[in-house]
Order: sequence, then C-alpha cells, then structure tokens
Amino acid sequence: MTDTAIVSFPASGCDVSSVTLERGQRQVFCGLAGIVWLHRKIQDAFFLVVGSRTCAHLLQSAAGVMIFAEPRFATAILQERDLAGMADCNQELDRVAAEILERRPDIKTLFLVGSCPSEVIKLDLAKAAERLSAAYRGRVRVLDYSASGLEATFTQGEDTCLLSLVPELPPLADDERSLLVLGTLPDVVEDQFTRMFAELGIGSVHFLPPRQSTAFPPVGRGTSLLLAQPFLGETARALQKRGATLLTAPFPFGVEGTLGWLQAATDAWEIPVARLHEVTAPAVARAQRGIARQREILVGKRITFLPDSQLELPIARFLSRECGMELVEVATPFLERQLMAPELALLPTGLRLTEGQDLERQLDRLRADRPDLTVCGLGLANPLESEGLRTKWSIELVFTPVHGFDQAADLAELFARPLVRSSLLRV
Amino acid sequence: MQLTLWSYEGPPHIGAMRIAVSMDGVHLVLHAPQGDTYADLLFTMIERRGQRPPVSYTSFQARELGSDTAALVKNTIQAAVDRFAPRVVLIGESCTAELIQDQPGALAQGMGLPIPVLSLELPAYTRKENWGANETFYQLVRGLLKSRVPTPGTERDLRKGGARPLANLLGPTALGFRCRDDVLEVTQLLESLGVGVNIVAPLGATPEDLLRLPEADFNVCLYPDIADQACHWLERMFGQPTVKTVPIGIGATHDFIAEVGRIAGIDVIAIRDPISARMPWYSRSVDSTYLTGKRVFIFGDATHAVAAARIASEELGFTIVGLGTYAREFAREVREAAKRYDVEPLITDDYLEVEARVADAHPELVLGTQMERHIAKRLGVPCAVISAPAHIQDFPARYAPQMGFEGANVIFDTWVHPLMMGLEEHLITMFREDFEFHDGATASHLGGGVKAGAVSLEPALASSDMAVQPDATLMTWTPEAEQELKKIPFFVRGKARRNTERFAQERGILTITVETLYDAKAHVGR
Ligand code: SF4
Repeated sequence: MTDTAIVSFPASGCDVSSVTLERGQRQVFCGLAGIVWLHRKIQDAFFLVVGSRTCAHLLQSAAGVMIFAEPRFATAILQERDLAGMADCNQELDRVAAEILERRPDIKTLFLVGSCPSEVIKLDLAKAAERLSAAYRGRVRVLDYSASGLEATFTQGEDTCLLSLVPELPPLADDERSLLVLGTLPDVVEDQFTRMFAELGIGSVHFLPPRQSTAFPPVGRGTSLLLAQPFLGETARALQKRGATLLTAPFPFGVEGTLGWLQAATDAWEIPVARLHEVTAPAVARAQRGIARQREILVGKRITFLPDSQLELPIARFLSRECGMELVEVATPFLERQLMAPELALLPTGLRLTEGQDLERQLDRLRADRPDLTVCGLGLANPLESEGLRTKWSIELVFTPVHGFDQAADLAELFARPLVRSSLLRV
Repeated sequence: MQLTLWSYEGPPHIGAMRIAVSMDGVHLVLHAPQGDTYADLLFTMIERRGQRPPVSYTSFQARELGSDTAALVKNTIQAAVDRFAPRVVLIGESCTAELIQDQPGALAQGMGLPIPVLSLELPAYTRKENWGANETFYQLVRGLLKSRVPTPGTERDLRKGGARPLANLLGPTALGFRCRDDVLEVTQLLESLGVGVNIVAPLGATPEDLLRLPEADFNVCLYPDIADQACHWLERMFGQPTVKTVPIGIGATHDFIAEVGRIAGIDVIAIRDPISARMPWYSRSVDSTYLTGKRVFIFGDATHAVAAARIASEELGFTIVGLGTYAREFAREVREAAKRYDVEPLITDDYLEVEARVADAHPELVLGTQMERHIAKRLGVPCAVISAPAHIQDFPARYAPQMGFEGANVIFDTWVHPLMMGLEEHLITMFREDFEFHDGATASHLGGGVKAGAVSLEPALASSDMAVQPDATLMTWTPEAEQELKKIPFFVRGKARRNTERFAQERGILTITVETLYDAKAHVGR
C-alpha cells in the first residue's frame, strides 16, 4: 500500500479473520469467459484462444445469449497431430494467425489466449506473440495472456488480459498527472464518469482497457489508479510497479460506493469535499429516488451469493446498506483482502463470508437457509428455481451497465425483478 | 490446429454427459478443471432442465498438478457415490485431464465400489460430442449386458403366441433435437400397428431398464448418430433385428411402417394414414403451388439432413441446392443422398465453409442448425432449424415432434411459415405498385424483423464481406434493361439479375440489354 490519502471508513465492519475457506467442486466459468465482454469493449482487437474443443464450446456457450454477425474471437483447436508432435505448433499458430488477419484487416491487436491444454503442453505463447509481433510489425500488435481454468476463475480472465497490456502502455511524462480508471465499463458509463471527472476539475482521465487498442493510456509516477472492478489485483500491482498510485476506495456500485470512489479521486486532487457534493448532488438525488422504489421490494429480503463473479462483496454491500437486504451468506471465489478492505469495512459484522467453493456443501447450506434470492451462475439457476428458490444470474452483472449513480437503480432492479416476477405469477 | 469460430459439436465428454443426463440412476464423474462446469448450462438453460446434470467435476487447479490429483479423483468419486447413490458410475476425463494422464478409470476400478464402474475413453483431440454419446451408450449397454449374452446357437425365447411384439426405441438423448416428442409420436405409431414399446433408452431409462433390453423382439434405431453401435451389438449378441428407417417425413414414415411389419411379422397393408396426417394434402393444395422449385440449402446432423432432403424434394417439391453434414462419421449416407439430388455433398464442421457455400448457392430457404440460422439471418434468407445443435427456442413448450405423421405436419408448418405464403405472394405481384405492397413488405404473418424471400438476399449480401459479387465493375446494365428488370416481380428479381449476369459473364457480354435479359431468361428457363 502506498501513502495515498485514504477516505476514512467505519472501524467496525466485517472481520476478515472469520472468513471460511472452502475447497472442492466448483461451478464457475474459467477466465476465457472474459473474452465475451473484452472483445466488445476493445473494438479493434481479436482474441485467439489456443486450446481444445472444450474451450471453443465454452466460449460459444457463454456467448450463446448473444448473436454476432462475426465474432472477434475464435479458437485454434489443438489436434492429435499437434500433440503428437507431427505438426509444429508454432507453424500452425502462424498459419492460423495469418488466416485471421487476412480475413480481418481491421484488427490492430491480436491476443493469443492460453488455456489449460496449452499450459499443460507448455506451449510458449509469449514467444509466439513475440515472433508474430515482429512479423506483423507496424500493422498488428500481438500479445499473449492465459485465461486457463487451472488458474483463472471467470472474471480473473480480464485481469490476466489487462496485465498483458501494462508493458505496452506509453510512459506518462514525469511532470504530468493523470487519473487511470481500471476495468471494463460500458461506453455509456465511461462517458458519464468522464463528464463527472471533468466537472470536478480532474483533468486527463484515461480508461484501461481502451475502446481502441491504438489509444493506450499512459502510465507513470503521476498516475493515480482507481479500480472500477474488484477482480483486477494483478494488473493494479503491475501498474503500481510502473509508478501508479493506487487510490483506496469502495467500488462504484450504488450511491455510497460511487461517492466514496469519486472522493478517492477528489481527495487525491485536493478538491474540497463540498465541491464533490455540489457536483454530484443532482445525480445522487436521482439515484436515491430510483433506489427508493426498488428498496420497497428488496427491504428485509434475504440474499445469498454463490462464489462466481468476484463482484459479490461490493454488490452485497450495496444491497444491504442501500436496499435493506439481509445478507445470509456471501461467498466469493477469491478474496483479495487488500483491495476489498474498504468494502469489508462497510459490510455488517458477523457476516457469513466464504472464500472458494465446495459446491455440494454450499448447496446444502443454501437449502437449509432458503433465502429469498440466490445469486448464482447460469448452470445452477433453473435447478434452484425448480426447488422453489428465486435466483439472479451473476453473469448479468458483468454484461449490464451497473456502475455509477445513474445505473444504481438499474442494479437494484436486477435483484428486484425475480422477486416481482414471482409475486406476479399464478402458474 | 483448426481455426474455429463456432462449432457444431462439443468435445466427446459432452456426449457422455448427454447419456448420463438422459438416464436415471447413472452418475458421471469428470476429471476436469473448473471452467468445464460450463457444460451444465447446456442442459439447464438451453433445454430448461430443472435438475442439475448428474455430473461431479474434480475441478483440479494448477497447484494440484504434480501433487496429488489421484487423491482428488478418488475423493470426488467417493463423495459422488455417497451423496447421489447412483446404480452405475461412469468415469471420464476432459481434454486437459487426458493430457495429465491420471488414469481416473483405473483409480475408480481400484476403489472397490459396490456398484458397476464404467471408465470411458473419450479422446478429446480426435473425437467429438456425438461420437462420445454413441460410444458411452454402447459401452453402457455392453457393460451391463455382456455377462448375459446367450451362448452362440441358443434358440431365442420366442414371445408367447398371441402376445404382441415388443420394440426398444434407442437413441433419444438430452439435448437431442425434438427427442422428447419423437419418442411419444413413434410410441403411438407403433401402438397403432400393434407393437408395444419395451424400453426407451437412453432418454428416461434406468440401468435396470437396460438389463431388460433383450426382452424386446427388435430395436428401432431412432437416432443412428447415437445408437447405431449399440443396435449393432444387440443384433449380434442377442439376435435382435434393427429397424433402420428413421420415420421423418411421410414417405419415410410409410417405409418405417413397412419395415416394422416385415421385422415384427405383422400385416401392415391395411394401415391407413390417420386423418390427422394433413401434410400430404396441404402440400397438394393449390396455395402450395408456390413452393415449387424453391431453392433450399440443407445442413445438419446426417439423420436429419438426409430426411430433410427427401421431404424437400418428394413431399414439398423444393429444389435442393445444397446438402451437407458436420457428422463425418455419417458422411457416406449424406454423399449417397447428395448423389440422388444431384448436388455436391458438403462434409465439414467448418462454419466458415458452410457460410461460403450457402452464400454461393443463393437459396430461398435454409434448413439447418442454429449455426445456419446465424448464416441465413446475415444473408437475409428465411431459415428453419432441423437439427442439433439447437437454440433454446428450438425446445418448444408445445408438442412438436419431427417423426411420424404429426412430425410431418410440424415440418410443413415450420418450413413453410418463414416463406411468403402462396396467395399472398401472388397478391403482392398483382399490386406491386401499391404502397402497402412495396418491395420491402414482409409476409403478413411475420413480424417486421424478417425480410421476405429472395429480394432481400442482395442488399444483405452486398453489405456482408461474404458477398459473392459478379464482376460488377466490368458489367453494366443499359437503362432500358434496368427498367425492364424492375418490372419483374421483386421476389424473383434478385434471381433474375444474378442469372442474367452469370449468363452475360459466361458469354463475355459486357453490356446487358433488354435482349440479354430475355436471352438469359430463355436460357435459364424453369
Ligand atoms: S477450463 Fe481450461 S479446458 Fe476448460 S474451457 Fe477453460 S481453458 Fe479450456
């Protein structure tokens, strides 16, 4: 941690030492799923997974809810010939990359994405990326990262992807200051934040990932780093190594989170809190009105989070503090203690917090608890519904604009909808 | 390495899952990393199953590699057996586990479990989903029945005089295309012939049911892609003949009835189509005249593709302009059919190749999988889904079989619906100057989103990078010829333009006049 100004949070809050660690069967996507939103965000990038038919099938199934004319992702499926050494994997990769780049001359960055099989056979994608980068110099930048399920859980795939961008970022001149917002945000939300930072008087705001891979944000000693997503610890550390200062803040979900998040920036820029309140007042009022309607539905309702997107803690904090929901259990695949400290401080004491997963035992607890709402992955939703439990798909939290003031009510509504629906249905 | 944008089949362990999910009392333990658990959603979301698949995943991680993955495998198996109390446990591995060679099957065999343990070989780098399902079903049937195979030469216990013949229906699975309804339809069809159904498997069967398979007089191989190995083995070991005709379409349903009659030794001559079999009359009714010669492109699994080709050609009077399958294991059947309809067979699982071929063939209707639906949408051509892999909307709430007489009715409706209806097409031609019947008008029964027939093919093609453009830079149309072209009904105009340009190109004509237009029309003729 650095010597950054820190917003003060209540000293009480959730006790990290009481976290239950679980190991066992998981029910969660691997890091490949991140490609589904990353490729929508970085519009001139192509993601080539080097993996198996399983990887291709996962990507297709995770993206299955959407229809693309032609996706900017594909899988180079390893075949028996590649494994038996009958084909030179590097030559094969060059051939496949050439095929893609010929089809898509608009592509400026090609990501070679490692998978479990490519890791196990120790295919050196870093070397391949270097070689291809040299071959396509001036036209396409070729990078590599691993999204393998052996290491990356679901949203962590964004972390490993963005980490691969860090060495590519141009240096920020020593006498300059800039705010770098880290984590994929829908364009509409990004624009809202940009306007708000401008009004607050915070100049030179950049976002990572950028919309175009030709517009990489600079990083250096003058960079203040603000995380928009909680699952980007590795990238944050790498940016800190390049001189960036990490601002400690809750994540920008709900009024409280967004305000705390913005305040971390205004404090760093030494902008008075009064000015922050002045600028944000209309948006805060709007958000509070919107949330109030959803709160009527959510207040007093009991909710459990199964470990999935790593958004569990901040969203649980929002639902409990601003919507009056009761947290039965909050489970998260991985607890990044340092980044989560501000969130933990805001969560109620005595919270049942679980890190990791042992699926069957977790479902036993769920059936005993019978909460009003369970946040889970797509595979579990219908089976739980058929047991009479109401569910919310966690994947919507990464596809839907939910950050910031103007999306706070939408975020609450995502959780209210299944409850409203179940009260409507008479079938 | 094979470049893949969209794939028609998952890896072979998904096939094994389809068998486990289909059955009751069978549990599959998969040695696989966490991400492979995505497969559950295929069943719970696409098929809307209300139960979790009976599958436990070891969910191994990097830190476990090289340490004790064997213990992880054994613990997972033990926990699954304790918790779910299956009567048979299947052991399989996904692509990654295959590489680390933990031999989970051997580990399981050594555990001394009180139930049958079947370890599956699912080569992930050479085989695919349907192969995995076929193999798993075969191994299951064989594994459970091999100790009961009668010694060669033993007389079969013939059914008692007067008792009705019994059949097994083999091959329907979870995630299969309309299996749920086909089973009902074929059961009723057999009932109407005086044949009872002994066991349906794997869909809805238990391990105990599989032990009773030999009690049937014969097997119906309803989905050869899944059940041909099992049927073949039962035929060899238990002397059960196999009914091989798949009753999709009116003609095939008649053939099926005849084959059942022959094998079961019952007289089916007097069997008449039920009054609910409306498809033949609908197809003969005058409105359907407009279906004549509609160009149709067919792609799917081999069984459904071949059946669709026969219906398209013999029962709807379409012209087949493409026929193919992604199922290499059944390429021969599709090649033979393609020969009958005089088209080049397309055997590939490369989505891009299928897309190019569809665009080339300029069909007016595409019959395919959900992947061809993407293609057709992009080209602005109507499409009906006839085969797995399918989308959630291809698992309708209503009864919608593909097989038997009701299946033929369903097929008539689903294939003809996306097309402009005959009378309506006629009226649009007559009133084409009327503002309400402008070229862009869609069929009245379709929403605004669906573009009508051939006319929309061209703009859609022009905007797509797959467009197969005639050499438009060299060729020009005289203003008179353009005028004349506009007088041709819009839904055939695109075709007329293409035919004329192709005609001109072949003859080296650079300027297309009214003469060229009519020369081409006479040349192409219908
Ligand atoms: S868990 Fe591994 S093998 Fe499975 S889809 Fe993800 S990267 Fe591919």
